[in-house]
Amino acid sequence: MAPVIEATGLGKKYILRHSSRGRSDTLRDALTASARELGRRILHFSDRGSSSDPLCDEFWALKDVFLEIRQGDRFGLIGRNGAGKSTLLKILSRITLPSEGKVRIRGRVATLLEVGTGFHPELTGRENLFLNGAILGMRGAEIRKKFDSIVEFAEVERFLDTPVKRYSSGMYVRLAFAVAAHLEPEILLIDEVLAVGDAQFQKKCLGKMEDLGKEGRTILFVSHNLAAVESLCNRAVVLRGGTNGHVGTPREVIREYLEEMERDIDQPIAERRDRTGKGRIFIRDIRFEGARSGNVYEIGEDIRVRLTLVSRYDETVNARLAVSIRTAAGSPLIVCDSLQKGEIHEIPGGRDVSVTCRICAPSLNLGEYHVNVAVFHGNEAEDWLAHAARFSIASGSFQGFVNYLPFPILSAFEWKVEP
Amino acid sequence: MPNHGTTGACGLTNAQEREIVIGPAGAPDRYWRELWQYRELFAFLAWRDILVRYKQTVFGVAWSVIRPIMTMLAFTFIFGKLAHLPSEGVTYPILVYTAILPWQLFSSSLAESGNSIVSNANLISKVYFPRLIVLGGAVVVSMADFAISAGVLAFLMALYGFSPGLPILALPFFLLIGLLASVGGGLWFAALNVKYRDFRHVIPFLLQFGLYVSPVGFSSGIVPDRWRLIYSVNPMVGVIDGFRWAVLGANSPFYWPGFLLSMVLSSMIFISGLRYFRKTERVFADVI
Repeated sequence: MAPVIEATGLGKKYILRHSSRGRSDTLRDALTASARELGRRILHFSDRGSSSDPLCDEFWALKDVFLEIRQGDRFGLIGRNGAGKSTLLKILSRITLPSEGKVRIRGRVATLLEVGTGFHPELTGRENLFLNGAILGMRGAEIRKKFDSIVEFAEVERFLDTPVKRYSSGMYVRLAFAVAAHLEPEILLIDEVLAVGDAQFQKKCLGKMEDLGKEGRTILFVSHNLAAVESLCNRAVVLRGGTNGHVGTPREVIREYLEEMERDIDQPIAERRDRTGKGRIFIRDIRFEGARSGNVYEIGEDIRVRLTLVSRYDETVNARLAVSIRTAAGSPLIVCDSLQKGEIHEIPGGRDVSVTCRICAPSLNLGEYHVNVAVFHGNEAEDWLAHAARFSIASGSFQGFVNYLPFPILSAFEWKVEP
Repeated sequence: MPNHGTTGACGLTNAQEREIVIGPAGAPDRYWRELWQYRELFAFLAWRDILVRYKQTVFGVAWSVIRPIMTMLAFTFIFGKLAHLPSEGVTYPILVYTAILPWQLFSSSLAESGNSIVSNANLISKVYFPRLIVLGGAVVVSMADFAISAGVLAFLMALYGFSPGLPILALPFFLLIGLLASVGGGLWFAALNVKYRDFRHVIPFLLQFGLYVSPVGFSSGIVPDRWRLIYSVNPMVGVIDGFRWAVLGANSPFYWPGFLLSMVLSSMIFISGLRYFRKTERVFADVI
């Protein structure tokens, strides 16, 4: 049987513009670059074909992607930040076009790249329900038919005629999900949307997706949540640096992915490509201060993460800094985000700056831990790396005892038998 | 996401006709067919734009009446009372109002459609649909406004005891020419706006300027004959003249060469705008 999605040699190129003055896309800049250049740019419009410009750099977000997805597949797509997952999804859903290669799609496609696409805050729940349904590809008659069921799923009956700007974030998300959950396309493309919402609701949605799969619909599921991929999908693939690995069972592919992550974490951070953000502030180095060689700490020691940042801004900018500690499999344990303390940090422009985060005597048990690091400016990420580096806690004791069980967090405790 | 009726069982029996191949050039052969398939989404987006326009406004729909009437009063006072410009034998307020109607349709549909892609950036980068329908939604809102303002004109004419003749039948034709010009300009600006946000500032400036160089507050009869053809390079001159002729009838003489020039120019703006838009819309999601 012919596959429902068949990608052959897909590639997507972006042009990165380096400019010392920030955004180069104002008319003034284009004008000063001579009127002729303006005409040329306006006529070409896209970034294609302007690679002769020395300020431009090509970047292939996807390259040589070959995939065959069969009808009824629940297909998991995993990969790290910047691996090209979102780009691939955008090509498959026709939001953007590939720069090379082609993809053949057979069947009605619905895309869920975010929750509540097209929701308008001024409109009521009822109005948004119809609007959102239409945007996701439902017909008017279909929405009317499913209306009651959607409202029930979302549990928002009482607020149907309230503008959604007065909704709590939970209600908003539930309504948006409910609409999405009632889509019945032949092919459903989903990007990480399950990352929001409370646990019970997530479960409800996963259940709904499982039902879709049983009905013979095809699902392409992009996620960081390896557990969800493993439980939901029957086939999976890793995307790495814009290229896909081989297709296999989720278990195999996840193992391959974790092994690869282990290898990459020891790469110098400046050379890593799996980062997201604008990159005007760049994390060039990461060190664990006060650790023994091999980034080893003792239980209860302060962990000091020292980052070397390079800012390409001309002036000092306010940045938000964040470090989080995770288990080797990626479960979050501790986050140290300057936002939590309402702090912002001044990062001088044009040179290297060192910043240190002291994590004060965390109660981490023996084991290996990974850290994610991020720098934000304004609301946007400048540089963000997951699994940026690792350290281990290899010795020491907690209140005189050593616990070899695989529980990462230690705590003082007390047992008491009631007389 | 072409909307086919069957949403139940989904075998691959009739999938052949729904097969689509996407390459670097998109799927160009499906362009117009797809536009038709997305007609329901078009209706929903237009409906949304109309709803949003009047939500949280105290006067709501009344704004569509207040704005043209205030403009009419101001222009009548300045051009009719202070400057004593000739009124072609019509009551001055009606002379002005017959021009405000097409001008307002032109300016609001140009401005709304010119900003439509950028103001729907979130949709553009998250869902696929033919980008033209967002623009169409914006134009529908302007048309709704126009319909209300036209009702005011009918009322004014009744008030002044003025009855139109046969030429009124030509009104839809002039309306169409005006729409060609404004949608054509809207297509250009919408596409340019995606990359160069400067055009957000260009549009209001252009429209403000245009209001004074177009014969809105006065009759184009006051332009010396030898300049009239050049004056008609502004496509709205022909449209406004046509409107006046259709509504006020024989009272306002019709200048054909100027109208033909306006018509040709409007069509050119529209065709070139549509081409440019189609050429650039495939990278909207990448640059927006």
